[in-house]
Amino acid sequence: MLLTVKHTTRYTFAGEVTHGLQRLRLKPKSTHGQEVVDWRMELDGALPEAAYDDQHFNHVDLVSIRPGAPEVVVTCEGTVRTVDNNGITGPHTGLMPLWCFLRPTPLTRPGSRVRQMLASIEADRSDVLGFLHVLSTRIGEMVEYVAGATDAHTTAEQALAAGKGVCQDHAHIMIAAGRLLDVPMRYVGGYLRMDGQTEQEAGHGWAEAHVAGLGWIGFDVSNAICPDERYIRVATGCDYAEAAPITGIAMGAGETRLDVHLSVGEDGVQAQQQQSASGGQQQVQGG
Amino acid sequence: MLGRAANGVFWMSRYLERAENTARLIDVGFHLALTRGSRQSQDEEWKSVLTTTGLLDDYCAKHADFAGHQVFNYLLRDRDNPGSVLSMVENARTNARVVRTSLTNAVWETTNEGWMHLRDLLARPVRETNLGEVLTQIRRTGTLVRGAIEGTMLRNEVFNFSRIGTFIERADNTARILDVKYYVLLPSAAWVGSSLDNVQWDTLLRSVAGNRAYSWLNAGSMDPRGIARFLILDGQFPRSLIFSYEKIRSNMAGLAKQYGHEVPAHELLRDAGARLHQLTIEEIFEGGLHEFLQDFIGKTIEIGNAIAADYRFNA
Amino acid sequence: MSAVSGTNFDEMLDADGSVRPAYAEFRDWFDGQDKAWLQRQDAEAERFFRRIGITFNVYGDDAAEERLIPFDMIPRIITAREWRKLTRGIEQRVRALNAFLQDLYHRQEIIRSGRLPIEALRNNEAFLTQMIGFTPPGGVYTHIVGIDLVRTGPDDFMVLEDNARTPSGVSYMLENRETMMAMFPELFTRIPVRPVSDYPRRLARSLRACAPPAFRGDKGSRPVVAVLTPGIFNSAYFEHAFLADQMGAELVEGNDLRVVDGRVCMRTTTGYKAIDVIYRRVDDDFLDPLSFNPASQLGIAGIFDVYRAGGITIANAPGTGIADDKAIYSYMPEIVEFYTGEKPILQNVPTWRCSEADSLGYVLDNLADLVVKEVHGSGGYGMLIGPTSSKKEIAEFEAKLRAKPANYIAQPTLSLSTVPIFQKEGLAPRHVDLRPFVLVSPDGIDITPGGLTRVALKKGSLVVNSSQGGGTKDSWVLDE
Repeated sequence: MLLTVKHTTRYTFAGEVTHGLQRLRLKPKSTHGQEVVDWRMELDGALPEAAYDDQHFNHVDLVSIRPGAPEVVVTCEGTVRTVDNNGITGPHTGLMPLWCFLRPTPLTRPGSRVRQMLASIEADRSDVLGFLHVLSTRIGEMVEYVAGATDAHTTAEQALAAGKGVCQDHAHIMIAAGRLLDVPMRYVGGYLRMDGQTEQEAGHGWAEAHVAGLGWIGFDVSNAICPDERYIRVATGCDYAEAAPITGIAMGAGETRLDVHLSVGEDGVQAQQQQSASGGQQQVQGG
Repeated sequence: MLGRAANGVFWMSRYLERAENTARLIDVGFHLALTRGSRQSQDEEWKSVLTTTGLLDDYCAKHADFAGHQVFNYLLRDRDNPGSVLSMVENARTNARVVRTSLTNAVWETTNEGWMHLRDLLARPVRETNLGEVLTQIRRTGTLVRGAIEGTMLRNEVFNFSRIGTFIERADNTARILDVKYYVLLPSAAWVGSSLDNVQWDTLLRSVAGNRAYSWLNAGSMDPRGIARFLILDGQFPRSLIFSYEKIRSNMAGLAKQYGHEVPAHELLRDAGARLHQLTIEEIFEGGLHEFLQDFIGKTIEIGNAIAADYRFNA
Repeated sequence: MSAVSGTNFDEMLDADGSVRPAYAEFRDWFDGQDKAWLQRQDAEAERFFRRIGITFNVYGDDAAEERLIPFDMIPRIITAREWRKLTRGIEQRVRALNAFLQDLYHRQEIIRSGRLPIEALRNNEAFLTQMIGFTPPGGVYTHIVGIDLVRTGPDDFMVLEDNARTPSGVSYMLENRETMMAMFPELFTRIPVRPVSDYPRRLARSLRACAPPAFRGDKGSRPVVAVLTPGIFNSAYFEHAFLADQMGAELVEGNDLRVVDGRVCMRTTTGYKAIDVIYRRVDDDFLDPLSFNPASQLGIAGIFDVYRAGGITIANAPGTGIADDKAIYSYMPEIVEFYTGEKPILQNVPTWRCSEADSLGYVLDNLADLVVKEVHGSGGYGMLIGPTSSKKEIAEFEAKLRAKPANYIAQPTLSLSTVPIFQKEGLAPRHVDLRPFVLVSPDGIDITPGGLTRVALKKGSLVVNSSQGGGTKDSWVLDE
């Protein structure tokens, strides 16, 4: 499938920014069955400072906010060819050892609720893959998808306690529980073309589990499926914090408004619709 | 050099200068209070010392009366008072630590030793019997550090920022001392020189260590206009306003030469300096001495702020 | 260690009380001096240190904000032969440490080979995944290393601890020598002592040899080096200022710096100027609020991104703490052999890992004879010295140990060597250790002859840390 993406992130600052930096993980790579046909990023109100690949082999751009700029607009546009591999991303590559994906992170540290949920699942644990599917379904049942119910700092345990959250909370709970089973787990940030609609609420996030013999396998708890050719992988990490599309600091920014426009279309046909979210923190809340 | 280091050198010098000036004000206040009979006029003297240092309100918030030992201990060693000599010498030394790598060992060591010595002297309340020793030590610290700077520092940006700090502070201090006592120089009912005026004039000169120099230049005769001219416009007297500005100017010129360009503060300074050179003492009196001093103090603050901004003292 | 006196190795005197050759010349001089004069010199040394401001701040001790580390004027003397052997051992160990770090942050062959269990890293916060896949400029991770050595016999030096993060104390090594030369110049004409004073120059050269790819060296310019300090309230501020001064480098704080044009730049009076190599004395966690502790005020937002993109060299590299972790320490013999293919020249102190059930059992049974240390602790805090502890202290420690055994390692109480200190009553033996300072650059490994000798001033005490009442001595390596 040939997917076209246009993703605009606009930060509007109430105050005058004296110094600010943003770390962008917004550039997909041609790996694991997806091919980036073309990709462009444009900055308005910001300047490129440094670019490199991080420990997860994500492409990272560090940009600075032009002092005094009233807003920063980051626009990514491109075309990516995807295939349906039944959710299987494939063998582990790169230098991050698999055991690193077993370490709890601040956002995925399991607590009593994650443990209780896991204990309540009556399924054959020797069938790891089968169990993970059951787990994914259970999380979807227990945590209702409610946009805006949580933020970028919500932990797996908190989201489970609240019983509602967004895609990234689903992924974090999946990751926390999977690691308790000694399955290496990671977070994937990217885009999803929702059926029949080009305009998307926001970027998407899901979990991947590493299962012996198969490699990494995706679980999109929010949509109760394994990722297919409608998914574009952009960045991975041990949790959202390591794969976040934009993180940063802005001194003097004051109240900051965040607007995201995202369209993911098929074969060049696309429309646009505006979706607004507002946040004091400069972090994009995934869907 | 780092903007933060320039800031440190600048303020180290300012604090040392201010500490020394405060010591001199205490000295004069103490002598005057000794020579004044009534408790009320003694209080007035201490009050004017507190006013000059800008600490009257803070003092009154803490103390109910102006007993001499209470005032000078407040000015010398009260840790809650950021304008106390102890606080300022500590600040000077802290700044010296911050910029240690920009200073010669001699400058650092004299600053550090001066602080150690004063800290010991000021560890217990100061009594009238050892006030003299304490004040001498404060003045000596300032003198030694300035001497070490003069004698060991390269004539570069570090030196320039230090001198600019010293003379901005000095210009400010001399102007404030004059402003608090300006009325004793005004032609008034007291114009006919009474003995009280003579004492007041002498006090004023002592406050800026100018009594002997003035007498020497004027063969012992005192008149208010002459004193004002001496403190404002005498280019030979190292605590006059014009002398201080000349030093700021030459050190700012040094910076412009090293850096190869001027900054907005140069322009401000040039304007203010030119005004000072054009004025005669008669014109100053005509326009109002108090108004002149207020304007001067405001300009000096403005120049100090411009230097801090132009040379990136702070992030 | 030496709760039992009489069994330790006395570095000055041999068993029958005669002076060992290393100290012969010194002792000869010492015996010829007027003791009252020596005492006056001793007092003079302290005044000297205070005046120049060699003080350190003790954590959790408000009253003594700036304290002096006591200096003892009797030098610690090492012969040329002893030093040669030490040098070989230190070089081997430092080479292994650097190779170990390179491996840990790349293919982790040592783990694949089974020589090091994953558990040593898994719950270890000193292992920074952000460093994975990145090779620092020049391939150097540990630009400055301090190896803490203890001696138990004529030829028995052992490594007590590796300091691969930000070893401190080198300014004391230099000032102690300065002081000795000022007080007793004639000693140095009588005895050939190898100089240490060029350490700052060698440090600067070593750092400059690790310039990042972004350094172009136009018109023969040299890489710009800066020392990053947390500020004047840090316990080692004096040393930061001292080293910056001696190297002719700027002493910077986090708020002097920001990312400008893809480089980490310092705010000067005339604008932002790029730094090529930053010798940071700020811990990993505080280095970059964008990458590590977001609450840090001491670091520079974005420095880590610039680092990975080749815009700056950070010395020591972030993540080197994993190599001096006490849990890793116990594997050092295997690590040295794995990367150098040689048997370790310097031995480790035998160490029980309390995370292992058998070892824990042994440690619990023998607490009164052992030294137990926190795996992640430093500075002599949070440790138990069995032989000098009360029953109550041991019982309290046992509870902590049982609660979290993986947090502790245990070592036998060693019979640490002694060197005399100067007292009114005459010379008195006290326990010492030695921290030689090692510089690593692509040009090689450079060990300054001597190092910092720390001495436990209290009779019988084995704790030499300055924060716990230890002092320092000048350390002499005799020339051939």
